Amino acid sequence: MPSGTEAKSISDKDGYVLIADQVTKTFISAKNKVIALDNCSFKIRPGIVTGLIGPDGAGKTTIMRLASGLLMPDSGTIEVLGLDATRDYLQIQASIRYMPQRFGLYEDLTVMENLNLYADLLGIPPEERPARYERLMKMTGLAPFTGRLAGRLSGGMKQKLGLACTLIKPPSLLILDEPTVGVDPVSRRELWDIVYSQVKERKTSVLLSTSYLDEAERCQEVVLIHEGHILGHGKPEEFSKPLSGQCFMLSVPKEQKRRLQAELANDPKVVDSIILGEKIRLVLREPVEPSKVSSLFELANVEVMDVEPRFEDAFMWRLKKRMEEQGEEIHFRTIAHHKVSGSAGEDVIVVKDLVRRFGDFYAVKGISFSVKRGEIFGLLGANGAGKTTTFRMLCGLLPASEGKLMVAGKDLRKARAQARAKIGYMAQKFSLYVDLTVRQNLRFFSSAYGLTGKRQTDRIEWALDTFELKNMENAVSGTLPLGYKQRLALAAALMHEPDILFLDEPTSGVDPLARRQFWAHINSLAEAKVTIMVTTHFMEEAEYCDRVVVMRRGSILASGTPEELKAKYHPPGEDNPTMEDAFITLVEMQENG
Amino acid sequence: MANRDTGKNRMRLSGLIKKEAYQIIRDPSAIGIAFLLPVILLLIFGYGVSLDAEHVPVGLVIEKQGPEVSQFISGFYRSEYFDPKIFPSIQEAERALMHREVVGIVWTRSNFARTLLNTSDAPIGVIVNGVDANQARIIEGYIMGVWINWLHQYARSKGVALQVPVNVKYRIWFNSAVRSRNFLVPGLIAVIMTLIGGMLTSMVVAREWERGTMEALLVTPVRKREIILGKTIPYFVLGMGGMAISVAMAIWVFNVPFRGSFWALSLSSGLFMLTAIGLGLIISVTAESQFVAGQIAIVITFLPAFMLSGFVFDIGSMPGPIQAVTHLVSARYFVSILQTLFLCGDIWPIFIINCLWLAGMALFFFVVIRKKFKKRLQ
Repeated sequence: MPSGTEAKSISDKDGYVLIADQVTKTFISAKNKVIALDNCSFKIRPGIVTGLIGPDGAGKTTIMRLASGLLMPDSGTIEVLGLDATRDYLQIQASIRYMPQRFGLYEDLTVMENLNLYADLLGIPPEERPARYERLMKMTGLAPFTGRLAGRLSGGMKQKLGLACTLIKPPSLLILDEPTVGVDPVSRRELWDIVYSQVKERKTSVLLSTSYLDEAERCQEVVLIHEGHILGHGKPEEFSKPLSGQCFMLSVPKEQKRRLQAELANDPKVVDSIILGEKIRLVLREPVEPSKVSSLFELANVEVMDVEPRFEDAFMWRLKKRMEEQGEEIHFRTIAHHKVSGSAGEDVIVVKDLVRRFGDFYAVKGISFSVKRGEIFGLLGANGAGKTTTFRMLCGLLPASEGKLMVAGKDLRKARAQARAKIGYMAQKFSLYVDLTVRQNLRFFSSAYGLTGKRQTDRIEWALDTFELKNMENAVSGTLPLGYKQRLALAAALMHEPDILFLDEPTSGVDPLARRQFWAHINSLAEAKVTIMVTTHFMEEAEYCDRVVVMRRGSILASGTPEELKAKYHPPGEDNPTMEDAFITLVEMQENG
Repeated sequence: MANRDTGKNRMRLSGLIKKEAYQIIRDPSAIGIAFLLPVILLLIFGYGVSLDAEHVPVGLVIEKQGPEVSQFISGFYRSEYFDPKIFPSIQEAERALMHREVVGIVWTRSNFARTLLNTSDAPIGVIVNGVDANQARIIEGYIMGVWINWLHQYARSKGVALQVPVNVKYRIWFNSAVRSRNFLVPGLIAVIMTLIGGMLTSMVVAREWERGTMEALLVTPVRKREIILGKTIPYFVLGMGGMAISVAMAIWVFNVPFRGSFWALSLSSGLFMLTAIGLGLIISVTAESQFVAGQIAIVITFLPAFMLSGFVFDIGSMPGPIQAVTHLVSARYFVSILQTLFLCGDIWPIFIINCLWLAGMALFFFVVIRKKFKKRLQ
């Protein structure tokens, strides 16, 4: 009897494929006890896609490892397909498939060799393989690449191959850990299609984790998790529906949007306020008639439209409630930064025909753009689009192969050091010294920028105060929560009061509250006419920018304000397109010539 | 049902072995450690490093020429151990010694011939640079040899037998040419196999943790023993390949005599290979990054195999506590077997005892691995 049907019959008994009952799991890291999961209980229904959604460090991976028998809970039980995950993990492993965050592919094996390995491990008889491979190759579009080493595939293709390997033997429960993170939107959509085709054709149950909140709406059910706590469980619309009538879009005069948004964000009547392109999105605590919103906040020259609530609104709402229950106050702070001299209209960064080669590979193929003073400018694209390479050249970390690069009026090819003194740089993953304390990190970075004596002490105090790091000043940086690390990294980049700030993937994976606080800081810097350049693969983050360029494979596909891009490139019939829709349309246009 | 299960088991294991083989073939560093490194090490130790004193630059101070002196001196020229250099005075010779142009001085005074004729009690002076004590002792012995040789000749030419109370006749067994290469090269085979078994194995398992492939592997129906075997078998084969290359080079390139039997060599190498891989796997269970695994492997497999196995440094002349520690180094048993098999032959008492030690250690290591290797994280 094939083990697949065996497992299914077990799961049918109580109707759930996964039951977590009061699960607690702690880890010891560097003498600190980290609570990964705190008394979590939830049940996963069969035959649907359940999204496990939460920011980095929420406990998603821990849940998945517990469910696949890789970890044991400290207390509580996890039942998978009717079997105890602590005791019967071998049996569970025979009928589930788990794809870890980093695909679990052998990069030095070809696509076909990877498939063969998994077919061997899963005991697929050789005579059945050709038919299964053909189906998988068709599904993933990997057929032309069977002889290619897995390490040479793009991020999206790697994920598809990982998925193909787990689906060689269709499991009754499929566990996917962040399959869409870092993948370009086109591949992301294809991955979702593959997952849903499994659910439809084979009634597979899927548990999928993601830190992208906009993916919640693609799931049939959602378990929302934050800092080891389950914040909610239900259909995605059940999360957002209660907020109907509380969500609005405000059209405001361009020069006021940042100041207005900052005011609204700290208003007690407001759950959430963010900048979306030219507009401000507002979520209120109580339902209000759209016509009364202006008077409620005494706004002039503002056009108010009511909009559908989104999953993220619900997350923000629950997060805020939870923090208030714990007696914590949320107040978005701004940064006091000296007003940068110079007129607002002048070009601070000029890039012309910029090329960067690595051997015979063109990472950047002749791009041109310019950034004005006080602008928030976004470089948008998937991993591998050439964003980070462009960035490193702009910061003077990497020489350009060809082209012109002017930063703060200095030619980077000639006056690199002078240009650098005006630049603050916050690298991907925050590049802090994880063994140093918060204060030591600040001291190091400030002296690296040449700050000494009283000015240095003043700046360190300023940083500790502005970024609310005072109570953590002696904590070792590596053990800080992600939100704190991010603030510390930003503080470190601002120690020398730069005129230009470069942010490389600044908020990927942090929770929405931390992201808002971060953008509150950034917006106040922009108000002080600091020029800000951001890279992100996170389409939504582009909405915070004044202007963006969309990059793919080293070239610029399009540039303009987020509004312009969304209006110009959107799928036919979509009247409320997102940045992601615009990106996909752009890519398809490029591929179809 | 049972049949089907064994079929599946075999399929899983062969899948893992095939995977490992592809990885070895495509990883230049694995090929380097398995095939290039043995050749390089053998060339260095076979040709470069030698514990024999050969072509020793020695200063000869001849204050006054004469037939006796030239006869004595010619002994140094004929010997392949010396590279003599003539100095007219002791002062110049001493200066050369200071500048390390020579490592020893043989000083024949101007009255050498005269005193020899008159009293047959002619002194020569010998100065040896004692910084390298080992070499100094060897050189001292060689000079003595030349001296005694000459004395016999001289006596014979005078028609009298040399009056020496005790006459020493040397017979050097097993390595009659006293070539250090003959025992260094066999010992080196143990070091090479330790590298392949211990370092390579520990690092490739750590690599799977680092790249997250181990996590994916653990959540398949694969069994613990299959993962262990899937690592052991390919590296066993690779290590035996490295051994074959080394033995072939030892015999045909360096002309080291091989007096034992090949099956005894294969059996003991196999056992030793298992201890090396076993230790490598234990390291990999503890260390989860390639870098750490590599560091630990160097400290607990490679360095002991090099220094405590008796491959270069004689265990018998180590201080007691260190001698005790050498018993924990599996290479020690294998070096002993190798040196016996190459230079002496199948000496069963030595062979069996050392093989038992190796077998015991291999068994112990694999029991530990089975205990420590968990199909779980953390």
